Amino acid sequence: MSAAAVLFYVFAAMTVVAALGMVLNVRNTVASAMSLVVAMIALAGIYVILEAHLVAVIQILVYAGAIVVLFLFVVMLLNLRSDAFAVPRSRLVKLLGMVVTGWILWVFVRLLPGSLPAVKALPEGFGGFRDVGRELFTSFVLPFEVTSFLLLAAIVGAVVLAKRRID
Amino acid sequence: MPVPLEHVIGLSAVLFAIGTIGALTRRNLVVIMMSIELMLNAVNLALLGFSRAWADPTGQIFVLMVITVAAAEVAVGLGILISLFRNRDSVNVEDVSLLKW
Repeated sequence: MSAAAVLFYVFAAMTVVAALGMVLNVRNTVASAMSLVVAMIALAGIYVILEAHLVAVIQILVYAGAIVVLFLFVVMLLNLRSDAFAVPRSRLVKLLGMVVTGWILWVFVRLLPGSLPAVKALPEGFGGFRDVGRELFTSFVLPFEVTSFLLLAAIVGAVVLAKRRID
Repeated sequence: MPVPLEHVIGLSAVLFAIGTIGALTRRNLVVIMMSIELMLNAVNLALLGFSRAWADPTGQIFVLMVITVAAAEVAVGLGILISLFRNRDSVNVEDVSLLKW
């Protein structure tokens, strides 16, 4: 097993443990947000192993740097009390859920290995800033520009929603 | 590719399942939104795995778009959360069931 493969499994284990820690921690929302940061950073490591260098950098900048900070700000602002899990459902619903989940899992495990494409060899510089940037500004320039409208709408929406009173 | 594609997709499925469990079982809206972020990241991982397998950067462009949408969603969602907390003094989803049938 190569070093990259070992790193992949280490990062995968880190991601899963952090994600479980985020979901199962009912006492402290800040600890949940910190688990989310760990999951995001480990995922960025996996992205590097998958040769997506630009996306890995953006992942750390946007998720660990901006989104989680936003979450922490809101948690701090709201002074949340401890949380609890939802009320358990009836036994019939639980059984039905288990059957459906098991069926989906069975289909997934059965169909997955035969349906995946063969892995191709990579061109030089794949996933780097130049490669992805060229693609972004040639083939995908319209979606890229429309993104700015989305962000503008989000900014205006967030300000309007969080404002105390609209004059 | 150092690991088989099946393992990448499997990890993506596991993360998506954990995010779904969080979004369905937790009652704190902040944690529900974090779980949604986790699900978006699981999808990103699958896209990057396929992008690597096909040696095609289109999947990476898609991931950049997903990250943008996630950031916008968090900004608007947390704005809604703050105004909700101001009106109801709670971020528990069971206190906000006006539109629930």
